[in-house]
Amino acid sequence: MRNEIRLSGSGGQGLITAGVILAKAALLDGNLVTQTQSYGPESRGGASRADVLISDEDVYFPEAVNLDVLMVLTQKACDKYLYDMKDTGILIADNTQVKNISLTSHNIYEMPVTEIATEKLGTVLPTNILSLSYLVKITGIVTPESLRKAIRDTVKPAYVELNLKAMKLGMKLAEKSQQETER
Amino acid sequence: MFKPSKLHGEFFMQGDIACAEGALAAGCRFLGGYPITPATEVAERMAYRLPILDGVFIQFEDEIASIAGVLGASWAGVKALTSTSGPGISLMNENIGLGMMMETPCVIVNVQRAGPSTGLPTTFAQSDIMQARFGSHGDYGVIALAPKSPQEMFDLTITAFNYSEKYRMPVFVLADAVVGHMTEKVIIPPVEELEIFERVYTTKKPGDYKPYELDGKNVPDFAKAGDGYRFHTTGLTHDERGYPIMTEETQWKCVPRLMEKISKHVDDIVLLEERDTEDADVIVIAYGITSRTVLPAIAMAREKGIKVGLLRPITIWPFPEKRITELAKKVQGFVVPEINMGQYVLEVDRVAGKYVPVKSIPHPGGGFHKFDDIVKAIEEVAHG
Repeated sequence: MRNEIRLSGSGGQGLITAGVILAKAALLDGNLVTQTQSYGPESRGGASRADVLISDEDVYFPEAVNLDVLMVLTQKACDKYLYDMKDTGILIADNTQVKNISLTSHNIYEMPVTEIATEKLGTVLPTNILSLSYLVKITGIVTPESLRKAIRDTVKPAYVELNLKAMKLGMKLAEKSQQETER
Repeated sequence: MFKPSKLHGEFFMQGDIACAEGALAAGCRFLGGYPITPATEVAERMAYRLPILDGVFIQFEDEIASIAGVLGASWAGVKALTSTSGPGISLMNENIGLGMMMETPCVIVNVQRAGPSTGLPTTFAQSDIMQARFGSHGDYGVIALAPKSPQEMFDLTITAFNYSEKYRMPVFVLADAVVGHMTEKVIIPPVEELEIFERVYTTKKPGDYKPYELDGKNVPDFAKAGDGYRFHTTGLTHDERGYPIMTEETQWKCVPRLMEKISKHVDDIVLLEERDTEDADVIVIAYGITSRTVLPAIAMAREKGIKVGLLRPITIWPFPEKRITELAKKVQGFVVPEINMGQYVLEVDRVAGKYVPVKSIPHPGGGFHKFDDIVKAIEEVAHG
């Protein structure tokens, strides 16, 4: 069983860090994991993406080609990768920026994560962890315990508290979205 | 802060960082370099780790100075590394030749990206296969290894250091941006369990020592810096004493040996990985990241009933001529996908082309081959 997750947006949004954290968490859960990345020459603003491939057997092809989960933080990323999704794939979009999703599916979750991070946490910085935690809660792809451990292990000590707060908030938002979907 | 001197255990590690750790495990204590995507993380890690291990990191003004610094460090008795990408190698080539001529051990990591020129700086290719082989002027043997995973970035960097000391020459690790920037599980064994080839120093007294005297060995012994040996070394054609003797006769003694010290020991240097080659009618030859990305296509072709195998040269140079000749005599043909416009295939065709067809699948870089293109090529070779 191979699960393909792509986190995409623009450079500077912390997506590659989020990818590494997700991959570490999956590894802690006992899976085989490959994480690859792609970015433009710009340090901020260019296209950026992290692919995380989680499997119970060796991962040969190192990029996501048939996405189980796609997270998009920009309209550009959404337009570019939307059709790489499986029919059953789950799309998570930051509708602070993503205004137009040219696909109808039950598996679309929209949440203004950038806006919420700024509003509730006072900074845009942990948007990556907020949205990753949202994704983790929606998909159940890794356990919350492993995610928490991976965050602690990866971010600089001074930012651990802020990011764990972002994780909690992301999970809470996801619970809300799930309840709304059920209704 | 986390500052262990020697790492061991299980890590989730990026390829470039695993490469740096491999170098440190091999005993490397000097890096001279200049940052370049996608190799920067190797230098970054070494800049952090070397001071902890009493090593030295120098960011030079450019790649020309970097490789010169690495050669100097090596002559001072330190295992030395430089990490760069294709454009950096282009600048280093003159002094790589100096390293070959002076027989200076060091490791050069090339995390390849797509060229020519600035090309696609943040994406990948396997564009420097021939540059590694023939980059500097004149004739010399080359050793180059191609890792396919972060684990092999660690393992093969150690192997590269071992070869560089054993054969006294700069050795290439030909990685690429995918493997360099990929993060996977890396197991680092305790340092005592690693096989490390240490530099061979002369037992002769300072007055009797000649730096290029072979004494029946494959390469000459080193003198330990600071132990009172006075000698000369040069990029000019030289005799056993290391002094320039610019005659045709000395050239004949000096240059063919730089090739023969490799060509006479190919079996010791060549590392191969084979999958399903025993019953194969068609063999895909792929190295580095391509040896992974072709596997789904090989499985698809097998499902169609074609007996396909994979031959993966881990050692790219010297060329695994013996094994490829053996296989050429019993298979229907070869398919050679590579992320360049057809470099390694030239060598495969030279060796195997006289027996069976050899089909190139080029790619200019920035992406992987499409599965269908590889399956189609396999079918063409299988069905004539």
